[in-house]
Amino acid sequence: MSGVLIAVAALLALAAVFGAVLGFASEKFKVEGDPIVDQIDSLLPQTQCGQCGHPGCRPYAEAIAEGEEHNRCPPGGQDTVVALSELLGREELTLDDEGAEDANVAKVAYIREDECIGCTKCIQACPVDAIVGAAKLMHTVIVDECTGCDLCVEPCPVDCIDMLEVKPTLQTWGWQRPAGIGERPDSRIEVVNL
Amino acid sequence: MSQAQTDKAQKPRSIFARLASGMRRSATPAGKIHDFHGGIHPPEMKHLSNGTPIMAGPLPQQLVLPLNMHIGAPAKPLVAPGDKVLKGQMIAEPVGAVSAAIHAPTSGTVSAIGPRPIQHPSGMDAVCIVIDTDGEDQWIEHQGVTDFTEKSPAELVDIIRHAGIAGMGGAGFPTSIKVNLGDHQRVEQLIINAVECEPYITADDRLMRERAEQIVTGIHILQYLLNPRRTLIGIEDNKPEAISAIKRACKGCDIEVRVVPTKYPSGGEKQLIQLLTGKEVASGQLPAQVGVVCQNVGTAYAIKRAVCDGEPLISRVTTLTGDGVSQPGNYEVLLGTPVRDLLAYGNLAGLEIGRLVMGGPMMGFTLHNPAVPVVKTTNCIIAASPEELPEPPPEQPCIRCGSCAEVCPANLLPQQLYWHAKNDDLEKAQHHNLMDCIECGACAYVCPSHIPLVQYYRYAKAEVRQQAADQLKADKARQRFEARQARIEHEQAEKEARRQARLEANRKKKETGPAAASSVDVAALKQASLDASKAYKAAVKAAKAAEADGADNVAELKAQAESLKAVADQAKAAVRDAKDGSPVAAAPAEDTVAKLKKQVGEASSAYKAAVKAAKAAEAEGADNVAELKAQADTLKAAADALKAELRDAKANAPAASAPTTQVDPVAELKKQVGEASSAYKAAVKAAKQADENGDDNAAELRAEADRLKAIADQLKAELRDAKASAPATAAPVTAPATAKTDPVTALKQQVGEASMAYKAAVKAAKQADEEGADNVAELRAEADRLKAIADQLKADLRDAKAAAPTVPAPTPTPAAAPPAATDRPAVTEEQAPQSLTEVDPEQAAKRQKRLKGLKTAYNMAHKQYKEAHAAFERAERNETASADELSAMQGKIDKLKAKADNARDALDALIEEAKADIRAHTGKDLKTLKLEAARAESALADKQQELEQQRSSASEDTLEALSSELQALESETQIARKALKQALEEQGLAE
Repeated sequence: MSGVLIAVAALLALAAVFGAVLGFASEKFKVEGDPIVDQIDSLLPQTQCGQCGHPGCRPYAEAIAEGEEHNRCPPGGQDTVVALSELLGREELTLDDEGAEDANVAKVAYIREDECIGCTKCIQACPVDAIVGAAKLMHTVIVDECTGCDLCVEPCPVDCIDMLEVKPTLQTWGWQRPAGIGERPDSRIEVVNL
Repeated sequence: MSQAQTDKAQKPRSIFARLASGMRRSATPAGKIHDFHGGIHPPEMKHLSNGTPIMAGPLPQQLVLPLNMHIGAPAKPLVAPGDKVLKGQMIAEPVGAVSAAIHAPTSGTVSAIGPRPIQHPSGMDAVCIVIDTDGEDQWIEHQGVTDFTEKSPAELVDIIRHAGIAGMGGAGFPTSIKVNLGDHQRVEQLIINAVECEPYITADDRLMRERAEQIVTGIHILQYLLNPRRTLIGIEDNKPEAISAIKRACKGCDIEVRVVPTKYPSGGEKQLIQLLTGKEVASGQLPAQVGVVCQNVGTAYAIKRAVCDGEPLISRVTTLTGDGVSQPGNYEVLLGTPVRDLLAYGNLAGLEIGRLVMGGPMMGFTLHNPAVPVVKTTNCIIAASPEELPEPPPEQPCIRCGSCAEVCPANLLPQQLYWHAKNDDLEKAQHHNLMDCIECGACAYVCPSHIPLVQYYRYAKAEVRQQAADQLKADKARQRFEARQARIEHEQAEKEARRQARLEANRKKKETGPAAASSVDVAALKQASLDASKAYKAAVKAAKAAEADGADNVAELKAQAESLKAVADQAKAAVRDAKDGSPVAAAPAEDTVAKLKKQVGEASSAYKAAVKAAKAAEAEGADNVAELKAQADTLKAAADALKAELRDAKANAPAASAPTTQVDPVAELKKQVGEASSAYKAAVKAAKQADENGDDNAAELRAEADRLKAIADQLKAELRDAKASAPATAAPVTAPATAKTDPVTALKQQVGEASMAYKAAVKAAKQADEEGADNVAELRAEADRLKAIADQLKADLRDAKAAAPTVPAPTPTPAAAPPAATDRPAVTEEQAPQSLTEVDPEQAAKRQKRLKGLKTAYNMAHKQYKEAHAAFERAERNETASADELSAMQGKIDKLKAKADNARDALDALIEEAKADIRAHTGKDLKTLKLEAARAESALADKQQELEQQRSSASEDTLEALSSELQALESETQIARKALKQALEEQGLAE
């Protein structure tokens, strides 16, 4: 009988010790913020376009972490949806792009500078500060910084902003994937001239 | 097995033994040829072109020189279309470190700088300098270095850089960088790559056979620059003539010729290094990191030409071969020669060409356009007949035979790479060292399924690079986005802080509101003191008239005047006290002290004069004792009232900071009304008495009485207004409650009063005229003054009416919005302005700035709102926007309107504040100030006139009194003018 009591007492003591250690550890090594948000954010394409209904990629990442569906990123495409599904262990959804333009075509905003009236509305709309200009002065897009989110197009009162396709240059050109089994490899090399 | 065992057995030796063995190995003169993994033996096909000596290339009509013939930044053109260029002239300079210059290969004219097809597998165009040749081939002045050892390495590097030399083997890396490694980098081995392992190509072979001496000179220059411990030349054993030529040329110098077995791709940089030194260049490393520098034999030749002959890189030896060429061989081709021209030169028979390949058959690419020029890296042009290089057969499924892995010179697993590339599994492909693939094509050559493996790897590599670029861009975008968010938050926080500060300031102001109320008290006191001084002046006037008429109550009147003056002075003092007590006037208190002293002096002198006059009257035994007594009583009552007010003001002032001690303005007004009506009654009584006595100044006294009545009436009206707006005063108002009444109505009232006063004055003047009184002129002048005041008021009223529709506009005219137009009535009697305090100029400037800023803000907001509204209307009219968009626009408009309204409110508040400040500083509002100034001026003019009139007739005492009065009036006028000017300056800002 005393043996049983000793065993119970020992177990209780162990439970108390481990409980204390765990409790201490959970306080001591507390992780600030939600690490999953960073991981989600790193998978998102960072166009900051707001097409998901959030003002930027990070807010969307936070929303996904809180349970929002992860298929609302048209610039990221289906690849991003798949990657997010893997990360979160959620069901693989199809991209909810609601008639969004082909995300695979890289685009960049272009201001027809003759028509620009210098209203600064596009500057305010740009999430990455990629438009330079001042009130009453012509604006222009810093092409290298533009993410092609097209948020500047709608606010323009004179519709002088176009979304142009980014043409490949000698530096950005890359070989195409061979067509695959049954195809001759050379037949697919397209000649693209600037 | 036994060999391995022996190796193992030898392993545990002393460190000295190992060192000795290493020394022995490196000392071996013949040099061991190592081996690398894999490799293939394709048909060499070199016999086609290696039989004939190097021939001069064609001189085409046009040369096309791409700005990026090399790896790195495109060169920057130095010429413009239309420029004449000479052979060897630099036409484009290097930009940045990794770049190379471009020179005109022959003399001619630059005809264009623009996009032309270039040597790129994409078939894309790039910017080229096009030279129309003139056929003269005229050299620019050039001179070589006779002894390069006299030059410093830096100078030689500069010569190489400006000669535009880039790696001639195929990659085109600028040579000047490879030969300028810096002192810290010790070069163990300089390897000259003369392997030329690709089939068909014989350019280096022929070059070595024919120009071995020059090549060796070039190698000596490289040795001088790099100072290597050993120099090795690697040549494949299928070029025996080249080997013997080079060996001959190298006789007697420290260059070792190493013959390597024929195997593709021995000419790969890393493979050759492994072959000759046994060192492996690790993944991601550069040869220089293992102490090796590799240069192509053609590059060595180009360096010799540049340094010793002063000729920049303008031509190269290119193999033109294939079954489609009737005269295959090696040509010294000018850079920029279109392949078309070269073919026309070497294909005299006009054979059919199936495929045109630039570079070798293994690593070259198919040309889609024969206009592509020969560039610095073009070592071979293969014009193959259709049978020679047939269309590749279709891709078949991978059978996992593993042949590709056997031949891979980079020790990779091509099959795995293929699977991962095919499935876009780039991460796994990279784990299998995709980026170490040298794209030699050996795997594809041996693949029984004809899988275009190299193309898969190239595709995967491009994707990896693209993803890296995208990631970089995404990171940058995220940084920019976060920076922007932070900035916006910061701005908002600042705005909020400013707003809070403003609220705080407003609250403070509200707390000091009672001070404003006490300033109302001050204003009331001032009014009282004004009234008193008015009465005094009227009395003085009457006394003078009586004196002129020789009436017997002169002394009495004088005494009365003096006592009135005393009362007025007391009132003034009371006003001053009240001001000193109120926090608003605390700052200018110092200024008032001087004035106070002066006035005290004046008051005491006046008092003495009054005592003197009273004594004189008593001595004369004048008969109007009763009247005097009555006057004295009235004066005493007035004095008492003033004293009581003073007490109140004094009591109020210290407690002013407490919000509860707000004095009821209605009660104040009531008191004033009582005083005014009692004064009026006294005046009427005096007039009656004068009438009874048959005094000449009865009319004047009556006019005086009328004036007093007008004052009383006005005060009553004010009282009514105050009572009407009393509930409003209960609220914590900063401005007087009456400010809320319509300024136009107020002005109307004032105009009515003024014209009434004017009529009364005219009437009095007429009466005096009829009675033949002496002071008719004076009365008329008074009437004129009143008329002027009335006219001014009318003009103001007009302004106000004109401005009335735009009252909500941001910039109301001063007439439209005097907030307290009714709280200080336009008095119809001349008014002596009270001591005025200075307005803080700094504050005024600050306010001016704020007003300007607010105005701009409002204007912008209003404009934006207008624009938005116009856009909305346009959209609505044209039906270009959907309902949602319209509502969104409407929302925006509303927001903008609210913004504009806010800006306007702030502006109005500021204007109000300015006015309140004027009031606080002067105790009056702007209108009163204007009127006071006008009155003071006319009073001054009158007094001057009077003085001139009496100069001859009146006694010395009178003159003295008059001149002192004049002085006082002058100073008052000046003060009034100054106050008006200051007030206008402040107010003017709003206009």
